[in-house]
Amino acid sequence: MGMTMTQKILAAHAGLEKVSSGQLIEVNLDIVLGNDVTAPVAIREMEKLNTKKIFDKDKIALVPDHFTPNKDIKSAENCKCMREFAIDHDITNYFEIGEMGIEHALLPEKGLVVAGDVIIGADSHTCTYGALGAFSTGVGSTDMAAGMATGQAWFKVPSALRFILTGKPSKWVSGKDIILHIIGMIGVDGARYKSMEFVGDGIENLTMDDRFTIANMAIEAGAKNGIFKVDRNTIKYMNEHSVKPYTIYRADEDAVYDENYEIDLSKIRPTIAFPHLPENTHTIDNIEDIKIDQVVIGSCTNGRLDDLRIAAKVMEGRTVAKGMRVIVFPATQKIYLQALEEGLLSTFIKAGAVVSTPTCGPCLGGHMGVLAAGERAVSTTNRNFVGRMGHVESEVYLASPAIAAASAVTGKISGPEELGL
Amino acid sequence: MKAKGQVHRYGDNVDTDVIIPARYLNTSDPKELAEKCMIDIDKDFIVKVKPGDIMVAGKNFGCGSSREHAPIAIKASGISCVIAETFARIFYRNSINIGLPIIECEEASKDIEANDEVEVDFDSGKIYNLTKNKHYQGQAFPDFMQRIIKAEGLINYIKQR
Ligand code: SF4
Repeated sequence: MGMTMTQKILAAHAGLEKVSSGQLIEVNLDIVLGNDVTAPVAIREMEKLNTKKIFDKDKIALVPDHFTPNKDIKSAENCKCMREFAIDHDITNYFEIGEMGIEHALLPEKGLVVAGDVIIGADSHTCTYGALGAFSTGVGSTDMAAGMATGQAWFKVPSALRFILTGKPSKWVSGKDIILHIIGMIGVDGARYKSMEFVGDGIENLTMDDRFTIANMAIEAGAKNGIFKVDRNTIKYMNEHSVKPYTIYRADEDAVYDENYEIDLSKIRPTIAFPHLPENTHTIDNIEDIKIDQVVIGSCTNGRLDDLRIAAKVMEGRTVAKGMRVIVFPATQKIYLQALEEGLLSTFIKAGAVVSTPTCGPCLGGHMGVLAAGERAVSTTNRNFVGRMGHVESEVYLASPAIAAASAVTGKISGPEELGL
Repeated sequence: MKAKGQVHRYGDNVDTDVIIPARYLNTSDPKELAEKCMIDIDKDFIVKVKPGDIMVAGKNFGCGSSREHAPIAIKASGISCVIAETFARIFYRNSINIGLPIIECEEASKDIEANDEVEVDFDSGKIYNLTKNKHYQGQAFPDFMQRIIKAEGLINYIKQR
């Protein structure tokens, strides 16, 4: 019986010729990641190990993104704890506010993650880097502590679901619609404990930014990781961003999958997840008028340049509906600057949106756009749980940048087609 | 190792945002976290919970973010064990790593009601419902995980090696 892409990467990092699903293994790590919420907990756990040593100062990434620029005194203390640890241990990849971004957009952009790597991050959306053909998964702070100290983590080898993508997405359909469609189909625990492997010719028609969005939300189907087959776009991306050597792993011909799903991308319609679960999906064609109060465009899911370009294309020369709050937050400083130079930010500001510095802020109801009771938001983020963006009686509708931007203009959930685009 | 207590009952897909909302994540102090535990779905939980009590839920318990603050808050609230039909994977791993006993059992998850008196034997995976005078067989942990739990978490386990 052959191995899946994920199993091959895990076997190689465990020093084993072969692994099979269910097997418990210990693997060597290429990157260990933490943020201002999870790293302070990990740092305290590490202290209990009575070791001052970290496994490799170049293989730990620390990104203050959740409550930054510091939201309050407690957040400032957390960031200080992480900063001091980074200085004490001479951590190469610690990113201060001016050079930072939301961790999952930042690491690929900085070239820290490439195909064939094993990455753990004390943040559930660490699965994002699967877009590059790496095995990457979210863990908790204790795993992060153990990872920083030993360079290893334990895993149960997952079985996999295979998604064979064919065809080309139609206009205004992007990675977000594809992954929401898939989560709607298999449910929020449809891939629990498993890998989601994305293969098929249709991948060629997806930009790297689309793929990051899709891999990012694998966790929303309960998956351990999401992973894409490596193609020339992946290689081009890695060559442009990284100097690290990469390894391409392909699934064996006789690899066994728990389930195979064939998805014709040309048939997917713009899709929205209604409150309060990402599986609660509807296409734009069969929803009634839903009035909204706030639109949020950004995050580790949809705060990349492609996303901002699409949103700007929809908002260009238009203004946001009266009484609507629209918050745009580019995912990294580099994206922010590119968006500025391309004139995207002035499009947003002229339309009546606010543009924020890169931060997780509104995505997790932290700061910079928290919702009051009874308010509704359309958001390009990844979670719409009860209370995710503020009050427990507020509602979050997850959608693509195209839908979010069109909704900002009309004041209700709308697609760009409604604006004649 | 055993746990015994009164049951607090919840449904499917209890996510980490309701176990401990992000707005309280600017601290990692277990006591402070416990004070806000479950606040968005059951604001009385923290008033009602007694040391040793047991939490029972449906499918996919702990889905969502990787915040270890979620099992930490549950443990610090006094809960001695969580029984669910299934757990989301990061929550499962975090619970083992911090030493919060959890056990998967479909039958128990479906049958146990709020306020039942329940006892769990971790070595055998047996769950006894003392109120209903019934028992269920839960999934015992594989050896490797038992060793981590016996060491009271991953950090101690690594220290011992
Ligand atoms: S943008 Fe949202 S989902 Fe992404 S890392 Fe930040 S809080 Fe998490």
